[in-house]
Amino acid sequence: MSIMGTRVRRVEDPVFLTRGATYTDDLTDERLSGALHLTFVRSPMAHARITGVDTTAAREAPGVVAVITADEMDLEPTKHFPAVPDAMARPWLAKDTVRFVGEPVAAVLTEHAYQGEDAAELVEVDYDPLPAVTTLKQALADETLLFPEAGTNLAVAFGGEDEFSDDLFADCEVVVTQEIVNQRVAAAPLETRGAAAAWGEDGRVTLFASTQNAQQTKGEVAGWLGVDPGLVHVITPDVGGGFGAKIGADPEFALVAWLARHVGRPVRWNESRSENMTGMLQGRAQLQTITIGGNRDGKVLAYRLDVLADAGAYPRIGVALPTFTRMMAGGVYDIPKVETRARVLVTNTTSTGAYRGAGRPEATAAIERAIDLFAAEIGKDVAEVRKLNVPPPDAFPYTNKGGAQYDSGEYAKAIDTVLEAAGYQGLRAEQKARRERGEVLQLGIGLSCFVEITAGGMTAEDATVEVHPDGTVTVLTGTSPHGQGHATAWAMLASEKLGIPVEKITVKHGDTDLIPKGIGTMGSRSLQTGGVAVYQAAGELADLAKQRAADLLEANVDDLEVADGAVRVAGTGTSITLAELAEKDQLRIESHWDGQMPSFPFGAHLAVVELDIESGKAVVDRILTIDDAGTILNPLLAEGQRHGGIAQGIAQALLEEVVYDADGNPLTATFADYGIPSAAELPSFTLLTMETPTHLNPIGAKGIGEAGTIGATPAVQSAVCDAVAHLGIRHIDMPATPLRVWTAINAAQNGSDA
Amino acid sequence: MTVKVEITVNGESTSADVEPRLLLAHYLRDQLGLKDTNVGCDTTSCGACTVLLDGESIKSCTVLAVQADQQSVTTMEGLSTDSDNLHPVPAAFRAEHGLQCGFCTPGMVMAAVSLLEENPKPTEKQVREGLEGNLCRCTGYHNIVRAVLAASGQDPDKAEGSEPDMVAPGFSTGSGA
Amino acid sequence: MIPVGFAYERPSSVDGALALLAEHGEEASVMAGGHSLLPVMKLRLAAPELIIDISKLSELSYVKVDGDEVAIGAGTRHSTVERSDVLAAESPLLAGVARTVGDPQVRHRGTIGGSLAHADPASDLPAAVLALGGTVVLRSPRGTRSVPITEFFTGVFSTAKEPDELLVEIRVPRTGGAGWAYEKFTRRANDWAIVGVAVVDGRVGLVNMGQTPLRATATEEALAGGASIADAAALADQGTEPPEDLAGTKEYRRHLARVLTRRALTTAAGG
Repeated sequence: MSIMGTRVRRVEDPVFLTRGATYTDDLTDERLSGALHLTFVRSPMAHARITGVDTTAAREAPGVVAVITADEMDLEPTKHFPAVPDAMARPWLAKDTVRFVGEPVAAVLTEHAYQGEDAAELVEVDYDPLPAVTTLKQALADETLLFPEAGTNLAVAFGGEDEFSDDLFADCEVVVTQEIVNQRVAAAPLETRGAAAAWGEDGRVTLFASTQNAQQTKGEVAGWLGVDPGLVHVITPDVGGGFGAKIGADPEFALVAWLARHVGRPVRWNESRSENMTGMLQGRAQLQTITIGGNRDGKVLAYRLDVLADAGAYPRIGVALPTFTRMMAGGVYDIPKVETRARVLVTNTTSTGAYRGAGRPEATAAIERAIDLFAAEIGKDVAEVRKLNVPPPDAFPYTNKGGAQYDSGEYAKAIDTVLEAAGYQGLRAEQKARRERGEVLQLGIGLSCFVEITAGGMTAEDATVEVHPDGTVTVLTGTSPHGQGHATAWAMLASEKLGIPVEKITVKHGDTDLIPKGIGTMGSRSLQTGGVAVYQAAGELADLAKQRAADLLEANVDDLEVADGAVRVAGTGTSITLAELAEKDQLRIESHWDGQMPSFPFGAHLAVVELDIESGKAVVDRILTIDDAGTILNPLLAEGQRHGGIAQGIAQALLEEVVYDADGNPLTATFADYGIPSAAELPSFTLLTMETPTHLNPIGAKGIGEAGTIGATPAVQSAVCDAVAHLGIRHIDMPATPLRVWTAINAAQNGSDA
Repeated sequence: MTVKVEITVNGESTSADVEPRLLLAHYLRDQLGLKDTNVGCDTTSCGACTVLLDGESIKSCTVLAVQADQQSVTTMEGLSTDSDNLHPVPAAFRAEHGLQCGFCTPGMVMAAVSLLEENPKPTEKQVREGLEGNLCRCTGYHNIVRAVLAASGQDPDKAEGSEPDMVAPGFSTGSGA
Repeated sequence: MIPVGFAYERPSSVDGALALLAEHGEEASVMAGGHSLLPVMKLRLAAPELIIDISKLSELSYVKVDGDEVAIGAGTRHSTVERSDVLAAESPLLAGVARTVGDPQVRHRGTIGGSLAHADPASDLPAAVLALGGTVVLRSPRGTRSVPITEFFTGVFSTAKEPDELLVEIRVPRTGGAGWAYEKFTRRANDWAIVGVAVVDGRVGLVNMGQTPLRATATEEALAGGASIADAAALADQGTEPPEDLAGTKEYRRHLARVLTRRALTTAAGG
């Protein structure tokens, strides 16, 4: 019986549930014995000139071994994204100017961690404040420049003014436009960032780091340090969540390695949450202007998306994400004309990067809001308008206006499935009744339909599978789990081909000496790249075993089968175990898989909120979702990915926002202020099943990691807007906090414009 | 200055001379090497550091080690005899896939143990409210809630409050009614 | 993040604690559960030179009926207050409000005395004791005095307690079967109240509507004068100066105070 598609419990868990996982800060590796603790002095100012740094008192504090400022560093400022102006390079420690609250200014090395905080307080930095740029519109005005030498705050532009045609909406009976905020959010993995470095006598550095991809980290850190990549050995221990914000190396990683070399002792760094909430890459942060046009019968004819995206102070990976937003702008809809543009600007805030969905949630939120607004304008049901505009199943593969080729999809079926499961007509009736009764708790129903791109741009991965003489199996993968359960899922894929139980299969990852090639875990890519590579390698290993067994068993290869960890002559009792074969000669396969094309999972979410009209507080009562990611390998793990994604989607819609005041001070830099939901704010989720396989790989799987977030966010936002639609409210920006919703209600009831 | 503390941890006597400011979480992690207790925030918000102090859940980042002197601490590691014989709560977390990255897990498990000690047959709503002090970024809590219900001997699919009842969660309101 | 270093004393009695307070005065901070003090020390917003740890003084942990009042030791933990049979029968508002403080872990450590002495206007229990019309008992080597709760809170994080005084007891009237309710409005269950309203026996305490917990006196007077709940609740924000932050503007808080007061009064009236 195939193990594929079964609910195998995680092999990771017995350790995770007893002595706990081993994160970077938990390491007791002997290479780190005697390590110094690194504490950063970070800027409390968003934009200022540094007029003086006095480290005298700090150097004399107990336990202090070194206090390093920009003057002692020999690393040149570096751009962290290629396409931006050279002037936007980031110094490793700020020298003349600080550009966001949290920018490292000095590094303090102490014998013990507690001493670091004490000493860091004694570093005196004099700042001469500059005006802060905290909003995208301020940045666009170019009145205050973060990098005067660049002459502009524009980091990069995708699509010019001339891409917008004057007559885009000329054929349309109805045109609706709206400015919407896709607010800045924090990835906030429970494990903050951490790294530790030790240089060996061989001149190599071992860098332990909490990252989603060791190999990229190795390349980046080597480049930043200016050393041969062969001298950098990156090891990724267990990682306590990433959600995109731990892709690659952070500048601090290079500092850890540089400082370890500088002082000749191992150095370890584990940031505090407050540090994390200003230092780690943040997500979303787009200001979008959407315009949608169509006919009163519900057919959408044209759509325009104009994006301002916030890069934060120093452009990093976030700069690239609006390209995904543009590519996926039209969403699931077959819209004849789509125009998009994105301008990415620097501001005096934390740099932005990938966060669960990374560019696609922004596209989905925009088009789903647009469809809702269009439906409201023509007075049609939101589900009806959606179904009217999606391509039929026989239109696939379907190329969208952004140039993406959707591999497979059945969008109308996804919509119908959630509508039926939710009892949509009944919900509408209940909503109507509550409105008529003037109840305090109003009902809001939000529908979203989404398609997203997974494994975008990076469709290849390697795998090695080896059977040992003791019958155990080692799998090496270039993907890099941080909660996804690869140790279990990859073991299932090898087990499927070899018939060896998952308990005997060890999956190794995140060690660049052991596994030099790998791209990592991001963009919902792992199963369809790294997983398929394992599946392929295990299949090739089975073939190799059959060839070797054919001689030994004096049988024809075609008569052999691999099952239960042995090669058998079909229909006979004759067999030889894979372990016995491995005893004779190494039984190992390295394989390279490239799916060539990304896949396009899709789905539909329906959210029901109850909204207290008097207080403005909305609570998600139910959410039903289709997240069609093709064939499911392990439903237990796939459901877990969906649950987490849904929760983060609800969180963005209702609770979470990174907020800065006008001076650029972060107002949400702790978990007390930043609104991550607990179990008490969320309902249980209703997951509906739909599996439309992709033809792009042999297991039919697409990505699942980000779907929940992409679908849930607009569904919940839409539900909130729907709950107050009868008051004349069409749109409320995220997060739909009680204050924001009440403000909209208050304005509507007082007849003024919200 | 240092102060001598004697704390029973997972059934074993421990002792050390510590700075008064040493947080219990760091006593466990750095003095004793019990790395299952994680620290996830600075503001007593996330609950990753939750352990039992004399049988009740507390956040060990917000208790001084000196305050636990002469008391008994249990961490997740102290629950199960070994990884093949999991305590019912961690066993339920595994069965229901109530953990992903694992960082919140030790604290979440200990909060659940304390919750079930005080309320052996909780409803779904009681589980959700009882875990309000523990943040998880991976699971959306869905399977954590199921795990706690299952650990209480209930069928998570049938426990009270498992069906949507159109009563909004998230209101913490005392009342005489 | 960790606190600045400090000296530490753990007296074995209240008298011992008072002697230390008398000696060190304002340089010392008393720590019971530590759930108000330690968080601000970790953020280095407070750095006392000496911590006087009273968390193990069992003589400060009790709930008992004393004449017309219930006396609660200042060191009584929220979880004990929450589950007290005495309070359930004699002053259920206090138990009900304690149930909404923080989260279970916080309630296992935090104490009612600590909560009142910290005097955070966004805190639940101060407004509850205010609505109950309780008193606090302060002890110092100079003697013992009772301060009506209406005179105890003097500002944000400040009280009438002198540096050498220790808050040892909270006394609240036995309200018995009188209707009560606590409406706590938050973004998340675990957040501080954006606004909270505690109602018992026609008295109304407001959380987070000014520099201190406040009584909605205009509402109380209107009710006493025979006004309807709706009319009386419409006056709940009179005389308040609510703070403004990300969770709420002044106007929003005033609105919430009126709505929540109406709801709490309705619940308390059995509606």
